[in-house]
Amino acid sequence: MSNLLEIQGLFKNYDNIQALNNVNLSISPGHITGLLGPNGSGKTTLIKIICGLLRPSSGTVLVDGNPIGPKSKALISYLPDKTYLSNNMTILSVIEMFKDFYDDFDDNRAYEMLNSLNIDPRRKLKTLSKGNKEKVQLILVMSRRAKLYILDEPIAGVDPAARDYILRTIISNYDPSASIIISTHLIADIEPVLDEVIFLQNGYIRLYQPVDDIRANTGKSVDEFFREVYRC
Amino acid sequence: MPWNLNSDSPIFIQIIDHLQNDIVSGFYKPGDKLPSVRELAAEAGVNPNTMQKALSEFELTGLVHSERTSGRFITEDQKLIEELKTSLVQTQIKEFFENMKKLGFTENEILQLVKEHTDK
Repeated sequence: MSNLLEIQGLFKNYDNIQALNNVNLSISPGHITGLLGPNGSGKTTLIKIICGLLRPSSGTVLVDGNPIGPKSKALISYLPDKTYLSNNMTILSVIEMFKDFYDDFDDNRAYEMLNSLNIDPRRKLKTLSKGNKEKVQLILVMSRRAKLYILDEPIAGVDPAARDYILRTIISNYDPSASIIISTHLIADIEPVLDEVIFLQNGYIRLYQPVDDIRANTGKSVDEFFREVYRC
Repeated sequence: MPWNLNSDSPIFIQIIDHLQNDIVSGFYKPGDKLPSVRELAAEAGVNPNTMQKALSEFELTGLVHSERTSGRFITEDQKLIEELKTSLVQTQIKEFFENMKKLGFTENEILQLVKEHTDK
């Protein structure tokens, strides 16, 4: 099984609404893929199906050859678009919890990143600003030695300097046999770290291409190209 | 030198341009070892696969070469570096003249203006 993620003929309906419409996707190891699309195009639905949080209406999803289940979930490190941590916990206790939960969690890595971003691990989550809370969650997710990282809007509330640090950390730390899927609206910021991008529209894949191919073919950045494709 | 990648041309081409400048400016000396793909990628803020692709393409010019286990090195062939320098200079001059002509200056006027600029 060479592909880390293999999706075939994926459909998802919510009552009468078709959220995903025949999605086919293969992602090989060592790739950073941007999942882009306007609001309501199906990004989070797709992510939740890959993570096993939603059931598809039809179609297959394989993660490193495994159907969605405990095995696939153990391979995926997922950053949701909403927080799920208890506000009353300290960062230290959350790190202990992650160590308990995940065999592949590397707490040294987490402490190192917290230190670089000047976040005191003794603090309670509720005392942190929105952006710092987001950083902590991203640090937790990136401190696992997972096969597939799925980040849903990872840097939206983070200041530009910390964004740079986070992106640099992602590219210098991730294992070449692992892949990352990043869903975001901040295309210009993450564009240089992406291998390829997926444009979702109304639940189907409109385009799936390497970043440099888009730039070479259109003479535009992916950010500009996105604005043109989805002009309202 | 900071990487300042712009948004419209392919990233791997900009990486090659950047490395060429670093060689011509003497930031990298002949025979120097280049940092690893990962280090360069982190420094430039680009995907390591893109950096890898850029370096492989760049190798085709002979300006860098890789030694199986020890990494990538700048060429020691001074002639190649001189050729690169000449071609970068030509590109810059050509571009400058084209831009000035767009502004409506003739070649003689441009030369005159350049001279006034350097005399200042």
